[in-house]
Amino acid sequence: MKRYLFQRLLLFFPTLLGALTLVFFLVHLIPGDPVEVMLGETVSSADKEGLRRAMGLDLPIGTQYLRFLQALAQGDLGRSLYQQGGVAELVFSRLPATIELTLSAMGVALLIAFPLGILAAVKKNRWADRGALLFSLLGLAMPNFWLGPLLMIVFSIGLGWLPVSGRGGPQHLILPSFTLGMVMAAILIRMIRSSLLEAINEDYIRTARAKGVSERKIWLKHALRNSLLPVITILGLQFGALLAGSIITETIFAWPGIGRLTIQAIQTRDYPLAQGCILVISTSYLVVNLLTDILYRLVDPRVSYGG
Amino acid sequence: MGDKLLLRAGVFILAALLGLAALAPVIAPHSPTEQDLEQDLLPSSGEHLLGTDKLGRDILSRILYGARISALVGTSTVALSVLIGITIGSLSGYFGGWLDHLLMRVVDVLMAFPGILLAIAFTAVLGPGLDHVILALCLIGWTGYARLVRAEILAIREREFIQAAQALGGSPGRVIFVHMLPNLLPALLIQATFGVAAAIIAEGSLSFLGLGAQPPTPSWGSMLNEGRQFLLVAPHLTTFPGLAIMLTVLGLNLVGDGLRDRLEKKGK
Repeated sequence: MKRYLFQRLLLFFPTLLGALTLVFFLVHLIPGDPVEVMLGETVSSADKEGLRRAMGLDLPIGTQYLRFLQALAQGDLGRSLYQQGGVAELVFSRLPATIELTLSAMGVALLIAFPLGILAAVKKNRWADRGALLFSLLGLAMPNFWLGPLLMIVFSIGLGWLPVSGRGGPQHLILPSFTLGMVMAAILIRMIRSSLLEAINEDYIRTARAKGVSERKIWLKHALRNSLLPVITILGLQFGALLAGSIITETIFAWPGIGRLTIQAIQTRDYPLAQGCILVISTSYLVVNLLTDILYRLVDPRVSYGG
Repeated sequence: MGDKLLLRAGVFILAALLGLAALAPVIAPHSPTEQDLEQDLLPSSGEHLLGTDKLGRDILSRILYGARISALVGTSTVALSVLIGITIGSLSGYFGGWLDHLLMRVVDVLMAFPGILLAIAFTAVLGPGLDHVILALCLIGWTGYARLVRAEILAIREREFIQAAQALGGSPGRVIFVHMLPNLLPALLIQATFGVAAAIIAEGSLSFLGLGAQPPTPSWGSMLNEGRQFLLVAPHLTTFPGLAIMLTVLGLNLVGDGLRDRLEKKGK
């Protein structure tokens, strides 16, 4: 296990450095001049030069990159061009909203997927199974930038049951969580169904049946517990996908999280803020994937690590 | 029986959508870009079956032409990504060593980002527009194909028929393209089918965010973006383009699932 951890971390850090490098150069390639964005075109060129020097933008790109890495090591992500405060402060003030939405979406996905996945497996090839499959197929095919507005039309505008947008009480969370969690629920339903059907044919299930254990206990205790491994993996991997999906969902529901901040930063050409947002999202994504890998290995020592 | 039915349903949906896209100039009742400000935000009627948008453009006509945009983005993104993925994956898997390490670290870095986030960053750099969307999606999309091709080549590299081809003096290019790649085609085809669906959703997401197709191009994603402002008064602006995306993705997923089931059954 120690060797595995070492190998995995050995791969993690160069990948992280590569990702940071890519983000730095990508953001510097975005057309437009940050100084002009801040000061406007009418300001004298001397003032512009002064600001450029103050921001270190007159330095060669290699030097700027090294300074960026140095600052990053000290937790400094720079300053936003428009908003008051440092980028790190702004990004981390939005992070709780995104985490709240992501976890809630995961909860919604699990609440939908477990009953439907179990029902589909228990009633294999019957109408309940087909219904769950259809739900899963539609869930996978429905893009969140359509599902969100659709839910808004029905539940906020039509029925007036839930707020249209913004962050507030638990009722504000329902529509965004459902929008974001739908794809995950669709994937999990199929995964739970197939894992359960695989587990139900194992020898230990036959033994449990021979010992007279009730069908309910066999499905819910013996088979379900042993089929959770792939579900954990998908949960981990999909958590990263949820972070990405939050960019669209937050934009639809004006949810004040990091995804919406990213889009606002790109649209207003706030380069340091865009860079900070992308960095935080991609680093979280990498860390979650790393933890999933390690957790997977811990749960099932049979899983081998290959190149 | 059920699987076959789903595959057939998928093929039927895709064939119908492709047929409608091809025949758009003939069957669309109006021009997709013709404006009539006196006829804005109309609900469904005999004249405009799916209503009109804020500029009085016919939604049905825009959806029919939008199918062409989705087909173009989906297929060209996947074709280019597969081409790059085959080249990089083959080089990596066939030659191994430092080249393999280097190329796979590049893949790792690109896969370190949620796809849509990198696509947003690339389109921010390249500027909006469909050609830039396709390029941005290719820059991300090839990595999955490269990994698949590399893994498959590693798996068959030591097989006898490959060693025989090499012993007979076959050049690396010939061994890869004539002997190895035909074995990978089924797996590539399945991944490409899902890839087209993913590209259509990604284009829709980018256009929805205003980073993709630009007006007056009738992209389904940008139609949804425009419709978002009129949810209260004209929900049909949002409903129909979204339905078109859902049907297309459903068709592609059904075909992908069906092909994968067949391949798995064959493997057994």
